[in-house]
Amino acid sequence: MTLLIKSRPRTRRAMLRGAVGGAAISVGLPFLDASLNDGGTALAAGAPLPVRFGTWFWGLGHTPGRGFKALEGTDYRFTDECAALEPFRQDYINYFRAFNAPLDGAASTVHFTGWVAAKAGAIPLGFGRIPAPTLDTIVAESIGGSTRFRSIEMSCTGLAKDSYSYGKAGSHNAGEVSPLQLYLRLFGSEFRDPNARAFTPDPRILLRQSVLSAVSEQRQTLVRDAGASDKDRLDQYFTAVRELENQLQVMSSAPPPLEACVRPEAPADGTPTLQVEESLAAHDTFSKLIAMALACDQTRVFNLLYSQAASELRAKGTTFTHHILSHEEPLDIEVGYQVETAWFNERSFIALAGLLNHLKAIREGDGTLLDNVLILAQTDTSDAKTHSVIGIPSLTIGRAGGRIKTGLAVAGNAGPISRVGLTAMRIMGVPIAEWGVRSLRTDQPITEVMA
Amino acid sequence: MSTGTKHGLFRITAWLLPAAVGLAACDAPEPTVSEPKPMLRRLTEDQYRNIIADVFGPQIVVTGQFDPILREGELIAASAARATVSASGFEKLERVAQDIAGQVVDPVNRKLLIGCAPPAPDAADEPCARQFLARAGRLLFRRPLAGDELDRVTALASAAAREAGDFHRGLAFGLSALLVSPQFLFVADSTEPARKAGETARLSPFAKASRLSFFLWNTTPDAALLDTAERGELETESGLEKQVARLVGSPRLADGVRALFADMLALDKFAGLEKDPEIYPAFDPMVVADAREQLLRTIAYHLVDRDTDYRTLFDTPETFMTPALGRIYRVPVTDPEGWSRFAFPADSGRKGIQTLAGFVALHAHPGRSSPTIRGKAVRELLLCQKVPDPPGDVDFTFFNSPGSAKLIARDRLAAHNQVATCAGCHKIMDGIGLAFENFDGAGQFRTTDAGQAIDVSGNLDGVPFADPAELAAALKENPMIPACLVRRAVGYALAGVVDGPQAAWEKYLLDRFTAGNFRLRPLLEAIVLSPNFFAVSRNTEKRS
Repeated sequence: MTLLIKSRPRTRRAMLRGAVGGAAISVGLPFLDASLNDGGTALAAGAPLPVRFGTWFWGLGHTPGRGFKALEGTDYRFTDECAALEPFRQDYINYFRAFNAPLDGAASTVHFTGWVAAKAGAIPLGFGRIPAPTLDTIVAESIGGSTRFRSIEMSCTGLAKDSYSYGKAGSHNAGEVSPLQLYLRLFGSEFRDPNARAFTPDPRILLRQSVLSAVSEQRQTLVRDAGASDKDRLDQYFTAVRELENQLQVMSSAPPPLEACVRPEAPADGTPTLQVEESLAAHDTFSKLIAMALACDQTRVFNLLYSQAASELRAKGTTFTHHILSHEEPLDIEVGYQVETAWFNERSFIALAGLLNHLKAIREGDGTLLDNVLILAQTDTSDAKTHSVIGIPSLTIGRAGGRIKTGLAVAGNAGPISRVGLTAMRIMGVPIAEWGVRSLRTDQPITEVMA
Repeated sequence: MSTGTKHGLFRITAWLLPAAVGLAACDAPEPTVSEPKPMLRRLTEDQYRNIIADVFGPQIVVTGQFDPILREGELIAASAARATVSASGFEKLERVAQDIAGQVVDPVNRKLLIGCAPPAPDAADEPCARQFLARAGRLLFRRPLAGDELDRVTALASAAAREAGDFHRGLAFGLSALLVSPQFLFVADSTEPARKAGETARLSPFAKASRLSFFLWNTTPDAALLDTAERGELETESGLEKQVARLVGSPRLADGVRALFADMLALDKFAGLEKDPEIYPAFDPMVVADAREQLLRTIAYHLVDRDTDYRTLFDTPETFMTPALGRIYRVPVTDPEGWSRFAFPADSGRKGIQTLAGFVALHAHPGRSSPTIRGKAVRELLLCQKVPDPPGDVDFTFFNSPGSAKLIARDRLAAHNQVATCAGCHKIMDGIGLAFENFDGAGQFRTTDAGQAIDVSGNLDGVPFADPAELAAALKENPMIPACLVRRAVGYALAGVVDGPQAAWEKYLLDRFTAGNFRLRPLLEAIVLSPNFFAVSRNTEKRS
């Protein structure tokens, strides 16, 4: 990765600094209506509303020829299994087709190579090894430093391992699987309502910071004698320590008021199984929570996984999973496609539409939260039936604060799928000139969609 | 190299061939492995929990989530030597640490665990804090704290006590600092300069103690082992043998054996095990937990308690039962609340751990069985034979033809075999997996599928079998069964994939395992008493 500019993200908010040790104190805050400028598009201090970044993942692509339909040039429609997205198409979505994962002679590991290429810009050598950080972590490094959480990962499969977010040294960002646990993390006792009249800092924060400082002081000694790969792993550990220090620092200051922020109700306890109805319900709850987490500026980056690559989702009382159906379901002679497989595909896009509805329901400035996000929706294959990594579909969603055009279909002409990732990173302001490895290396963002 | 199968798909070194097993002279010199670089292994969740229970007692409850170490190959032990800690993972670890420290200093536990009391509970008391942190730190860091380490953490506890106006609250922050420290969360191979020709470095005595304890007990070294290391007695043959005899002779060996087999049998997959409640209403979360425990309990019983031939695991009818499992096996249970000994009758179709629910249900779909998945599990987990990944261009035309029906297992697999790109691998998996078709997706016994009588005959590498009982006999006699355990045990001990010169050491160990009637304890002793177990090289790896 080549960085154009060496810059460090802002590490803390400094609007109001409360005392963090000893007795709790209260700090008066301005009224809500003073927090936005007259046009409602920027914070009172003059900073524009932040653009947030998310990834959304679904397994097993789509039925080719159904759902994502490219028409002439840049025109397209969402029909059939993707119909739930059609209301958002013109104003919020771009559809990327005919982008490939060039293998450079490596074997394609089914249901793995495709998404790794799209997210990490590199072809993995065998199952399980992620060859480079995923792009969400690169974006988070750029924009995630000023919020409580650098990023939030969620998995609707009930399995923490089902998160496709990897940092340096193969560091895996596991997914939250319980909506209630995510709620407690985001909006539990450590949440400070930005619209509260008074701010009461937690007196334990200073002591927790002291603990982390004591740990950080050992870095030099520990790293000194380690081998190269272990140094990288220790560096990643100390990065994690620094991120928690930053989180505590953010929590020690009164947050600026945010009009849209309302602490949500706690969801019910429970972790979804792979039954599709449960995954859909968990997805809806996660969507509500992450939308409000963005509105409350608890994080600016999220990764939401609806179903894993080679989706193991299943319908109640049936013996075949989505994955098995995609391979073994006979074509319906009447309609010419795999009906049950298409039913699962349709559920994926219904879930995605639900997320967009939750983002759109939150007013922010003179628009909605959906105007101020960029979501990259990705999958593992194009035609799941044959494990194809040719023409893997992907979408951008949201207006990114006006930085991206919408309603376009872009054909990749068999170019590398890393171009989509590079485009997303550029739009998010990551100072990156080129990205990817070997044939996935590209310095060509998709300028057609960049405003 | 030939593979011992007709299909030539497995890459297996020569010593694993049947003819090679058990024939080498046991007095041959022990091969030396290429010295691995020092390792840095992240604690697994089980190790973390074991350590907390051992150091502070079972009354300290470890709550909260841990980010899993993702399995990248055959063993999580190897993945742990590549794993790091993510930001969200560290956030969770810090919460867990605070919670543990809070429990340790709680008035209910402090008298037992702290070991000293401050003159004034609302003020700092450095001597008491130092005493406690030195004692706890030695067990958590698996070595005495260095002077500056103890100074730092004691100063932290004292400052926190002054800030909070409470000695014990301050001490909790000091303990927290130990629990989130990389010296606790990673097991590092500290080294010393070489002492003799041929060495480039050697493990420090404390690193040796850790390696022994994690391998044999899956936990931190106890005080006796640390004392031995501190006195330098692990450097002597007699001192090492004495400690190994103590560790291997202890009932705690069962913890280490359970951890080894949980890794070897990929029991982490239980985290995602679920069955459709409409199809398999008896298979509830209690069954999931008990099925996993039944496997490990059965293994520990035979190999540790009874010290039997390892191969017995594959044809024994003896196991343990709970009421939840009784619903799956459809057998009466004598103890309505807990675990009771149980032997399957001869006509039950159950012989060996591979017929237990924890194996056949784990390797199946949520709503049906899967001969392919089960066959693959036998090949990869029990026989250490890697089945190649499916090709990227599989042709599913047969199944997708309009009008084709969903088929019963044997017919579906026969269809796989019509496609050249599928047939090679499916033949080596399905031939074994079909023998398990008497067990449905939840592991319940059946004799018919979709109204048709089930044919469970097959062939394991040239040995025909008519039913699961005969497959059990074929497995027990398969030379890859003991060879695979040796390979996994060595990989588990060294936290890495074994290849090259280490294969010769495996052969050496297999000969001894064979000569010792395939008993696990002597195998473990042979591994830890070998110079190879402590071999290490000077770290010359450069950062790219």
